[in-house]
Amino acid sequence: MSHLEEKHPLAIRWFHWISFPLLFLMIWSGLLVYWANDIYRVGWGETTLFRFFPDWFYQGLHIPQRLAEGMALHFFFMWLFVANGVAYVLFLAFSGEWRHVLPDRDSIRDALLVTLHDLHLRKDAPPQGLYNGAQRIAYTAVIVMAMGSVITGLAIYKPAQLSWLARLLGGYPMARWEHFWLMIGFVSFFAIHVMQVIRAGWDNFRSMVAGYSLVKDKEVGLESQK
Amino acid sequence: MGAAAAAGYGGYAWLRSRPQQGGVEAPIRAVLRGNERVAEAYFSDRHRSPAFARSQVDAKTRKNGNVGLGDDFDPERWILNVLGSAHADAIQVTMAQIRALPRVEQITQLNCIEGWTVIVQWAGARFADFTAKYAPRSLSAKYVGMQTPDEAYFVGLDSASALHPQTLLCYEMNGADLTAAHGAPLRLVIPVKYGVKNLKRIGQITYTNERPEDYWANEGYDWYAGL
Repeated sequence: MSHLEEKHPLAIRWFHWISFPLLFLMIWSGLLVYWANDIYRVGWGETTLFRFFPDWFYQGLHIPQRLAEGMALHFFFMWLFVANGVAYVLFLAFSGEWRHVLPDRDSIRDALLVTLHDLHLRKDAPPQGLYNGAQRIAYTAVIVMAMGSVITGLAIYKPAQLSWLARLLGGYPMARWEHFWLMIGFVSFFAIHVMQVIRAGWDNFRSMVAGYSLVKDKEVGLESQK
Repeated sequence: MGAAAAAGYGGYAWLRSRPQQGGVEAPIRAVLRGNERVAEAYFSDRHRSPAFARSQVDAKTRKNGNVGLGDDFDPERWILNVLGSAHADAIQVTMAQIRALPRVEQITQLNCIEGWTVIVQWAGARFADFTAKYAPRSLSAKYVGMQTPDEAYFVGLDSASALHPQTLLCYEMNGADLTAAHGAPLRLVIPVKYGVKNLKRIGQITYTNERPEDYWANEGYDWYAGL
């Protein structure tokens, strides 16, 4: 027999599913802005391994010639993005949920073991609570990256009135570069996150939607692991 | 959860289907206006655009935008038309009168709205000095509008930004007289705004309490465009 156990509180699920479209809109509108001065690449000297972004990418996503639209959307949705992020962090802090999310002293070792396990290089995964070490590090990193995006974003939004902030980040061009790579970080997180969700299966996905996870009676329940 | 997703999508679809104001959906334009108020609340003459050293000046400058810089123009016959606010009379100001104002030199970064920057050494008269001398009754006007002699390019500015100490009526660039392509004989340098507001070849300055039209704000960009 199995029974349902609460895995994710309602608030966490709301924050999660509000973040997703907002982050998508911020990245997409950001790309509309970035196109107007698309100078970043991976490479050295005269050698370019990858240019951000190739023409097929821009054409496929209908990005060219939409700078004004991109800026308008970016500076509209930034409020919702920040509000949702602040509410999420406050909720984590005051509900005690941060205990599941912040890395602890075992997280780095656990994350290595989990990664080896996921790559099929190790048979067993280490014991875990709600999240394993790799998840703790990744989910905390996303919060830190979001804060970084807001700070670097402010510096390139108001580099004159907030010149102290731009200076702190290495000047306007550097802050813009940082803002861009944080975005690449989000996209990388998203790709791995979706892959892991698919790997983890339906019950795990449903738990982020409905909140409940199916737990076999003989197993130790989630609650006792917390 | 499905209903919430539908509501989210519906909200976005609604937003994007609103009637447009200057190329942007009205609710988004309203938020841009709100952002402007937040920026204005923080704005201060003490918040300066970073100053750079002479060695940091970019050897290569860029020329972006030539609207309003048609060939039908004789710099020798140029004169600046000033329209004061309220009951102040219209006056005309010559280049000699502008050069008679204290000459200010500054090395600042021009931020293009496209996302690139260029560090330039500028010289000219502070717009605040100019206003105090030639249009003192207009110091209290809410806005300043500027346009090219052919009226093809025009910008609107809030007075606080126009009167910021780094805002110059500029006649020299990188140690030489301004060239035609960069807006000779007189251009605006306003580091607290994106490049699009740094109007070249000023033909007319209008002090007003009504928000002046702005070339790029009509094309979907933020009217304030403050940095």
